[in-house]
Amino acid sequence: MVASSLKLQDLIQEIREAKTQAQEREVIQKECAHIRASFRDGDPLHSHRQLAKLLYVHMLGYPAHFGQMECLKLIASPRFTDKRVGYLGAMLLLDERQDAHLLITNSIKNDLSQGIEAVQGLALCTLSAMGSAEMCRDLAPEVEKLLLQPSPYVRKKAVLTAVHMIRKVPELSDIFLPPCAQLLHERHHGILLGTVTLITELCERSPAALQHFRKALPSLQVVPQLVHTLRTLVMTGCSTEHSVSGVSDPFLQVQILRLLRILGRNHEESSETMNDLLAQVATNTDTSRNAGNAVLFETVLTIMDIRSAAGLRVLAVNILGRFLLNSDRNIRYVALTSLLKLVQSDHSAVQRHRPTVVECLWEPDASLSRRALELSLALVNSSNVRAMTQELQGFLESCPPDLRPDCASGILLAAERFAPTKRWHIDTILRVLTTAGTYVRDDAVANLIQLIGGAQELHAYSVRRLYSALAEDISQQPLVQVAAWCIGEYGDLLLEGTCEETEPLQVEKEEVLALLERVLQSQMSLPATRGYALTALMKLSTRLHGDNNRICQVMSIYGSCQDVELQQRAVEYNALFRKYDHLRAAVLEKMPLVERGGPQVDEEAKESKEVAQLSEAAPVPTETQASKLLDLLDLLDGPSENAQHPPPLDPTPGDTLIHLLDLPCAPLPPAPIPNLKVFEREGLQLNLSFVRPPGTPTLLLITVTATNTSGGDVTHFICQAAVPKSFQLQLQAPSGDTVPAQGGLPMTQLLRILNPNKAPLRLKLRLTYDHFGQSVQEIFEVNNLPVETWQ
Amino acid sequence: MIQAILVFNNHGKPRLVRFYQRFPEEIQQQIVRETFHLVLKRDDNICNFLEGGSLIGGSDYKLIYRHYATLYFVFCVDSSESELGILDLIQVFVETLDKCFENVCELDLIFHMDKGPAICRMLFRGSTKSVFQADCSCSHDFRFQVHYILQEVVMGGMVLETNMNEIVAQIEAQNRLEKSEGGLSAAPARAVSAVKNINLPEMPRNINIGDLNIKVPNLSQFV
Repeated sequence: MVASSLKLQDLIQEIREAKTQAQEREVIQKECAHIRASFRDGDPLHSHRQLAKLLYVHMLGYPAHFGQMECLKLIASPRFTDKRVGYLGAMLLLDERQDAHLLITNSIKNDLSQGIEAVQGLALCTLSAMGSAEMCRDLAPEVEKLLLQPSPYVRKKAVLTAVHMIRKVPELSDIFLPPCAQLLHERHHGILLGTVTLITELCERSPAALQHFRKALPSLQVVPQLVHTLRTLVMTGCSTEHSVSGVSDPFLQVQILRLLRILGRNHEESSETMNDLLAQVATNTDTSRNAGNAVLFETVLTIMDIRSAAGLRVLAVNILGRFLLNSDRNIRYVALTSLLKLVQSDHSAVQRHRPTVVECLWEPDASLSRRALELSLALVNSSNVRAMTQELQGFLESCPPDLRPDCASGILLAAERFAPTKRWHIDTILRVLTTAGTYVRDDAVANLIQLIGGAQELHAYSVRRLYSALAEDISQQPLVQVAAWCIGEYGDLLLEGTCEETEPLQVEKEEVLALLERVLQSQMSLPATRGYALTALMKLSTRLHGDNNRICQVMSIYGSCQDVELQQRAVEYNALFRKYDHLRAAVLEKMPLVERGGPQVDEEAKESKEVAQLSEAAPVPTETQASKLLDLLDLLDGPSENAQHPPPLDPTPGDTLIHLLDLPCAPLPPAPIPNLKVFEREGLQLNLSFVRPPGTPTLLLITVTATNTSGGDVTHFICQAAVPKSFQLQLQAPSGDTVPAQGGLPMTQLLRILNPNKAPLRLKLRLTYDHFGQSVQEIFEVNNLPVETWQ
Repeated sequence: MIQAILVFNNHGKPRLVRFYQRFPEEIQQQIVRETFHLVLKRDDNICNFLEGGSLIGGSDYKLIYRHYATLYFVFCVDSSESELGILDLIQVFVETLDKCFENVCELDLIFHMDKGPAICRMLFRGSTKSVFQADCSCSHDFRFQVHYILQEVVMGGMVLETNMNEIVAQIEAQNRLEKSEGGLSAAPARAVSAVKNINLPEMPRNINIGDLNIKVPNLSQFV
């Protein structure tokens, strides 16, 4: 006989006593060896105990796959004790990917028709936990039969199993849809809960099912029945067994409210049937305990989502506002989440609560402040942008590090959308860079440079502000890069000393050079930053008057710098001083405004060709000279090219021109992305056109155009969009909500999508409109999105 | 839908791990560890909701947890579940466990519900060991009782039943069923296995001791 292995109790005891991980492993390995032997030899009496021990060590993280077959054996045993552990093992150890899982189909089938409640319950539970599509198909008739059994215990489990089956095999909806109406009349709460869940699942999966349940046939009457059930629950008070802190079966109430939301959405008739009830629930629910609040929240969300009366909507938003002031943090959290859901559709109503939301930013609780941040960013609009940005900037200064990137990019985005003046915009970005420079996205530097370059009247102002900021702190890399570029470009304005918008600043040439040298030498500067500083110094040699000895000195020092990129530049600039001094001024001219990838590119290439021709007259160009020319063009291309290296060169002089034309230029204007027709129904067509502004690689602009070639007008047209969570979506106001018939003026709407992670774009559109006297709702995902929209 | 239910103690040792969506084993353990670290960072007086970790599903999922004495109960749910509702569900589950173990071992359970004005204490017996610390003193069925009870509350990631009396009644019926099998049907089985150990070929056919003459019956059918 096999030496007796430990009882589960003793095993647990030994494991607890193990002082180290290694000891624990030893105990468990020894025990597993016993278990394996016992499975092999077959010990029908005790195998359930062995499996139990195995499941315990499995929970602790040790491998247990050798128990899979044992599970099957135990399930097939006639004893309930064995089945209990066997089914549990199956749920924990088996899944669709193992071949073994199909083998239990037969056992489950037998157990389902057995007639012992507890066994049927086990089988159903296992089926709903790990049933694969084939299993569900095989066993659907059995589960359907069980829906009509007398035992409520089995029926409630069967209903929930049906939900799982529909998820795995959507065609099974045909089998499980008909019994629903009857099941709704049940009194047993477990069955009701399951049925409501089932109907919800059916409606979410298929618009046909949704239509079916909305119909008000005498035999069906789903909405009135739900209303009746909910009303009974609300009025009964705490006399039922299901009450939680005085609210009768809040779980069932919440589920019913969710289903009512789905049924009432965009459906006048159903919405009307539930209006009174919702008002009743909203006013009568006891909010002193969590259960009541859960019900109230669902009620509010349902009111906002269906076609409810205006007064009711106001009531709902006010309830949410009250919750925002509640002392219970959980309530505040849920209030913020709900408001976030409503901010798109009921923007003005949510705006009223803006002050409270902003206060929530300062919560010590990280979950709450994160929600408050999301909501605050969604609430920024053109009228409150200054005040909100002020608040958000304040928050940025003290918020926890994991919220900083979102906050910084949120502020920058809001500034881009709603900046009242260019100067304000520059100031805002500056402040963000100073406070949280390391957390901003990479394109912030390019964007700011672009912005400053474009605002000619603000050059003097910008360079002064940036100089002061840089003088204070040279550690924030994005700020340093922008400042270096600015000082290089507009150094002459810096020294002029007159600018109305800032305090008078007397800056000496030596100070400027010293600052840039500090940046060059600092340990904190990234290589890219150093590149900016070096180039800036070079440009200053033409902007500032006086001799350039100091700059020359720097260039010759850096000619032997360790960093190859810097070394190359320094050598080339040196050559520019020594041999090509006559060219220096032309080469280091003020940069022309870089359009976001436009015809400027071609002009720069042309300019480079002229420079090359000039140099042909000079003595035989060596490799260094040719590469230096290329690098000059790098200068012309500006900061966006800093990281690029010129391509390897052929030393022959005659090829220089050709190489110049092979330049890595600023990004070419992107090939236009083809339009996409996404929707067509009875003459109403929806087209999407895409634009990717090249300066902002993460931004995508979509214009939705709706045209109507049918004979009837399309009215109350609303288009909503949804994107995955990592994206940021803004819908601008549409041009109108009517698309006149016979090819009348199309309606357009602009969507701005920000894709910081360059994730594949997915877009879901929801249209609601009236056409030919019918109200239509369409929800669909846009397929065939061209890859250029997100790559 | 509920994606996972995790119960672990203050040191991160798992006490109940149930996933309603398939993850490979190593990922499961990682999720338990990650969840523990996230939850441990939370103070006691802030809200019970956490945005989920990176492993368990992404931005649509959140963790809803409650801390009772030495145990954390964590439910990982998606946006289709009501957050406050899940808080209540955890409470129902724990209270049901509480009710069931009254009958199994000598346990003392103290609940502190910090949220509401009422502080609720449920004391059962005089002993001072909390149920969740007394892993080793419970019968071997304890650990799986928790699973079985959970199966009556949540099935396939969805809420099945919240009436505590019904759940308790069901569990008791099942336990009785198990006991009855173990008592009666085990006896003949034990006898059989005992007999198997008798080395029958060596048993004498006749025992002759003095005046006694015993004929040993043929027991081969039991071998």
